[in-house]
Amino acid sequence: MSGEASQPWVIGAVRRLGNAGMFLLQALSGMKCSFFHAGETMRQIYYIGVRSLIIIMMSGFFVGLVMTLQTYDTLNRFGAGDSVSTVLGLSLFKELGPVLTSILFAGRAGTAVAAEIGLMRATEQIDALDLMGIDPLERIVQPRLLAGMIAVPVLTLIFNFMALLGGVVFGIGIMAIDPITFWGNMQNSIGLWEDFGTGMLKAVAFGVIASWLAVYFGWTAKPTSEGVASATTSTVIATAISVLLLDFVLSALML
Amino acid sequence: MTLDTSSIIKPDLPAIRLEDVRIVRSGQLVLDGFNLEVPAGKVTAIMGPSGSGKTTALKLITGQLKPDGGRVFVGDIDVCELDRGDLNAVRRHIGVLLQNGALLTDMTCFDNVALPLREHTELPDSLIEKLVLLKLQAVGLRGAAQMYPQQLSGGMVRRVATARALALDPDLMLYDEPFAGLDPISLAAVGRLIRQINRVVGITSIVITHDVAEVSKFADYACIMANGKVVACGVPDQLGSDDNEIIRQFLDGLPDGPVPFHYPAPDLETQLIGESE
Repeated sequence: MSGEASQPWVIGAVRRLGNAGMFLLQALSGMKCSFFHAGETMRQIYYIGVRSLIIIMMSGFFVGLVMTLQTYDTLNRFGAGDSVSTVLGLSLFKELGPVLTSILFAGRAGTAVAAEIGLMRATEQIDALDLMGIDPLERIVQPRLLAGMIAVPVLTLIFNFMALLGGVVFGIGIMAIDPITFWGNMQNSIGLWEDFGTGMLKAVAFGVIASWLAVYFGWTAKPTSEGVASATTSTVIATAISVLLLDFVLSALML
Repeated sequence: MTLDTSSIIKPDLPAIRLEDVRIVRSGQLVLDGFNLEVPAGKVTAIMGPSGSGKTTALKLITGQLKPDGGRVFVGDIDVCELDRGDLNAVRRHIGVLLQNGALLTDMTCFDNVALPLREHTELPDSLIEKLVLLKLQAVGLRGAAQMYPQQLSGGMVRRVATARALALDPDLMLYDEPFAGLDPISLAAVGRLIRQINRVVGITSIVITHDVAEVSKFADYACIMANGKVVACGVPDQLGSDDNEIIRQFLDGLPDGPVPFHYPAPDLETQLIGESE
């Protein structure tokens, strides 16, 4: 609308944030746990979680490989090459695992969810549900929201595991670091709650953000091809920025 | 508010009554002083040129649009006054066939038709299966039950969507442009289906259409809309002999007349050549 177009961007952004917040509250407040919706949620976990496994596993493996390579090279100059597993574990569990998984999730599954919901609106499928007296929020949004919230922490665990595997392949396999030293250093320097636990807490928060933004941008997409394209782009950009911003805030709070 | 929605259409009342409805969108009047009565138990066609407000009228009846003025009655229920829960209760008695069918593309035809039954009834799966197959049989597509919408032609999608709209045995069926883009065979099949459903199930049907030739074959009653108003209502044959300029332009397919061909624009010569010195 012309009124919205002419208002300062800050007001537009705050208004949009408020709308997105109201949308999330509305979706969460009506959440039901019936058998039918559990089945639909499981189906969505398969579509957005299981089908993201390949990209998450491959990215995790190579991130672990490259991190170990770069870190080992730097530490080795100071004669501390054996401590590579400490740096790898800390940066993975606390930061890289949850952050990269959420951003990859937004790129792989968030865009798919936004495009799917946007196209459902464009092809009147959402109107059809509404006209049948079926709440589209309950039928379309809630299962995808819940599936994303469950999938991101699980994918983070898998990403971390694969990155560790990459680290093991390079550190133990190629650089011939003693396995007992490798695992011992990691065990001694990484706390279950203060490092691994806080990382998983971040993964839960990022899962909410990533799935919330995907369903929101899909839901509010204009019913045109441009509208759907814009919704998918906005999903990736908004998720990446929000996750990085929230990561800083959570890291500062958890120090 | 708790509604008695056992049957929303009363035989002694018009099925639909729109009274003095006004709709304003982006500062422009879409409907003004709009009145319409649809008789119960009949097939009523609402015709008119594109942009005349037909689909807007349908959205008013289903409560998708709230008017800026006036009242909209379905039976004796004013849908403008309903909260979300009551509106959903009323909608369960209204079957709507949207223009492109709007089947859920991630479900088979069977699941699409079963959806309203699974959502709104406590019927066992075995009974739902029988009901769905009967509905699909009524539209001639029982054999396509396990197919996905993207595997069907446009006409077949609309027939499955009709079966879905009929799943809860509605009192009122609304068809939005059911003939648009159909080949002559599908067109005749859909027209016959609308007629049969109305006769066999004993419901009220409203069909929004441009198709002048088809109307007399299936409709008991027809209304012509132009420029956001109802300009004539009557039995289709009676409308065919009306001398009203707008009706003649629409029925005879004249490109220009009271409904102008050109959207308002500045003078062509002035725009192309510019103001003379």
